[in-house]
Amino acid sequence: MDIRTQSVDRNLLLEFSGELDHHAAKNAIRELELAVDTALPRRLVLDFNGVTFMDSSGIALLLRAKRCMDALEGSLLVCRVQPQAKRVMDAAGIDRLVHIKQEGTV
Amino acid sequence: MRKSMNYIRLEFPSRSSNEGFARMATACFASQMDPTLNELEDIKTAVSEAVTNAIVHAYPDSIGRVTLKARICEGNVLEVTIKDAGKGISDVEKARQPMYTTGGEERSGMGFTIMESFMDGLTVRSNPGRGTTVTMQKKIASRATGQR
Repeated sequence: MDIRTQSVDRNLLLEFSGELDHHAAKNAIRELELAVDTALPRRLVLDFNGVTFMDSSGIALLLRAKRCMDALEGSLLVCRVQPQAKRVMDAAGIDRLVHIKQEGTV
Repeated sequence: MRKSMNYIRLEFPSRSSNEGFARMATACFASQMDPTLNELEDIKTAVSEAVTNAIVHAYPDSIGRVTLKARICEGNVLEVTIKDAGKGISDVEKARQPMYTTGGEERSGMGFTIMESFMDGLTVRSNPGRGTTVTMQKKIASRATGQR
């Protein structure tokens, strides 16, 4: 799992690529927290276009991102989610907590 | 028990680096059933959940043995069994409930929910102190007979 970080005007963008399973999520959650703690963003965008596989470990990552942004009173958007990852998100009902945009640009 | 047409049996230590291997190997084996991409992804996702459970919960402080068996049964049904000899689950009903986890913030508690929704059958048998066996079935629709 590779994560690219861009931060402009307290907008933080994290671009994920690779497989987001339990093996990868341990580091990914740590990297996400570090990036949020450093940038203290008003808005966090997670770009999942490069996520080729995701299981419930990705749900744990989204819940963590949500908690981080709630603490900062900021917003969270997950975008460009591939069909397999979207089905996992739907099965977990995560769209009740996190704003997910499947298509379009960041 | 269903009649088995073909099977594989894998054994590996409960290291998280084997999660990807386990789901890929199962998907490769299942590909002879001519599944759709969606069906293959469903199988990979469910296997990933079951193997992760064995790694995280069965052997929390040690490395143990995980056995994965996949077999093709009559009626184009794939059956996958993931077995560990770890600490077991004292209350299977509770463990299967959405959002329930003993795995801390790294886990979401959605593993069994996802296995249930991505497969056609799920059975969990567990003996505290002796281990857990998860058995899942997935019916692969036949393209030739237009059942899809």
